[in-house]
Amino acid sequence: MNTLFDKIWDAHVVQTVEDGPVQLYIDRLYCHEVTSPQAFAGMRARGLKCFRPERIYCMPDHNTPTHDQDKPIEDPVSKAQVDALAKNAADFGLAHFGMMDKRNGIIHVVGPERGLTLPGMTIVCGDSHTSTHGAMGAVAFGIGTSEVEMVMASQCILQSRPKTMRITIDGKLGKGVTAKDVALYMMSKMTTSGATGYFVEYAGEAIRSLTMEGRLTLCNLSIEMGARGGMIAPDEVTFEYIKGREYAPKGEEWDKALAYWKTLKSDDDAVFDKEVRYDAADIQPMITYGTNPGMGMAITDCIPTVEGMSEVEKTSFEKSLNYMGFEPGEPLLGKKVDYVFLGACTNGRIEDFRAFASIAKGRKKAGNITAWLVPGSWMVDAQIRQEGLDKILEEAGFEIRQPGCSACLAMNDDKIPAGKYAVSTSNRNFEGRQGPGSRTLLAGPLTAAAAAVTGVITDPRTLM
Amino acid sequence: MKQKFDIIASTCVPLPLENVDTDQIIPARFLKATTREEKFFGDNLFRDWRYNPDGSLNKDFVLNDPTYGGQILVAGKNFGSGSSREHAAWAIAGYGFRVVVSSFFADIHKNNELNNFVLPVVVSEGFLKELFDSIYADPKTEVVVNLPAQTITNKATGKSETFEINAYKKHCLMNGLDDIDFLVENKDKIENFERTRS
Repeated sequence: MNTLFDKIWDAHVVQTVEDGPVQLYIDRLYCHEVTSPQAFAGMRARGLKCFRPERIYCMPDHNTPTHDQDKPIEDPVSKAQVDALAKNAADFGLAHFGMMDKRNGIIHVVGPERGLTLPGMTIVCGDSHTSTHGAMGAVAFGIGTSEVEMVMASQCILQSRPKTMRITIDGKLGKGVTAKDVALYMMSKMTTSGATGYFVEYAGEAIRSLTMEGRLTLCNLSIEMGARGGMIAPDEVTFEYIKGREYAPKGEEWDKALAYWKTLKSDDDAVFDKEVRYDAADIQPMITYGTNPGMGMAITDCIPTVEGMSEVEKTSFEKSLNYMGFEPGEPLLGKKVDYVFLGACTNGRIEDFRAFASIAKGRKKAGNITAWLVPGSWMVDAQIRQEGLDKILEEAGFEIRQPGCSACLAMNDDKIPAGKYAVSTSNRNFEGRQGPGSRTLLAGPLTAAAAAVTGVITDPRTLM
Repeated sequence: MKQKFDIIASTCVPLPLENVDTDQIIPARFLKATTREEKFFGDNLFRDWRYNPDGSLNKDFVLNDPTYGGQILVAGKNFGSGSSREHAAWAIAGYGFRVVVSSFFADIHKNNELNNFVLPVVVSEGFLKELFDSIYADPKTEVVVNLPAQTITNKATGKSETFEINAYKKHCLMNGLDDIDFLVENKDKIENFERTRS
């Protein structure tokens, strides 16, 4: 009567501290340049070496520019942070995929595509979107820098056991509805704190029908409902995706691993602390109107009004709309857009570029739009070119940039200017997230493409 | 860092907003530091709410209002949502807060506060609302946070609530110990686990 989460978690418990947390063994630690330097400094101050260096993989992604990566980074502070990761990895004997390395990219895109993320693993990274890796049937969650140091020092972490939740989505997704829309829909229903304290398993026909890329998008956004992590039981889609990837098991090891992976599902009589069900037929292409990812609606809807809100809720809601320059009760369709961003650990995979290209094909980028199309990794970039998507996109007036986190959080030069509107496939629309004063509308790749070719917020189904 | 925690009695800074995310607590452009300079992070706590785009002080923001001060930040529900950046906890500690009171915290940020000897105190919605009212009625309202007894008291109303914290973490906070000290001492258990797992 165990859930998928229970099975993986229990298999990694080293001990339970008396009246305290669980000491959990970690199979994989991913490190990027932003949340690791102070952990390495702590290790040095304590005179420690990494306990299991072979389980740790490092790569810069947040600061990397999306152009001229073969040249030194212009911003000296970004350069120092990226250089520090390379030095730390070398000093501590860790694998490091630096800029221009063909294996470089956003850590949450690279892990799965290189076969480093596998079913049944426990995976952590100093990054809240580590929840992405749960799509492969792993227990994966974001941690702070002190916790990164814990894992470096002991390959373990002290954590309280989260509660379990299953979200089931029945039925088939409609035309123009992507995994991103499913996630934005769930967030709009659950709010940004509705799953706090829980580890979520996604189930149901609509989830099973998603590709591996779609599942990664969905689990990526688990944290935006407050969840500790999200996961999907591995199946043939998962196994097919993993087979043959660089670090995936091969030969006899593969057979052994596959036999184990096939046991990784919740038992029929498994009991979850909470069960939620949605109907796929209710999900439309979505867009956000506010300053947290839970403030989303169907693209054809109007922004809610303040009716029935408490004083504190009203204060936060009005502050949010004021920042966005929107009025309660107004529709978003037809509103002018300035920027479009396709990319991030949420929507920087090959399927997202295929979706974007399907709308861009035979059309032209609107004159008022600045578009940044940023592949999640060099592997995605190679796939784009192999499939000829680059030709379709260039023909339509779009340029493909070099991989990295880019405008998702604007730690490099890709900043949305103050007051400008961006339809973005990233994960957060917080105030200033894409640059001070930037106004973000989160959406899926089809909606982003529709805005890019029309210059205004457009229902992508009208272009399909 | 590693400041032992016992009983704190202090006035409070009210921030009656919900869903305060860590991007607001410390914007991404301040995450490029490679050292843990708490003063730098503290100076940039709530940077884009504290300063106008031209760099001048935003006089309407509570941290710039001399009426309010103290070691306790009181915030609306779902405090610390979003990014896992521990820099947010460093900024809160660096500014001088020892306690954050809210009716609900995001998971990762809550752990980050605890790992930096900042105590997240979860109170009921009713207690929180009354606390905001007390602070606005009298900014000198004192709140007592007693970690050994696990209680928080609003001295204006005299009302108290108990709060939860696991015994292990409480012991760490009261004695200035961190998790790495604990884990490194347990290496034999880890090696044994590695040997016996299938």
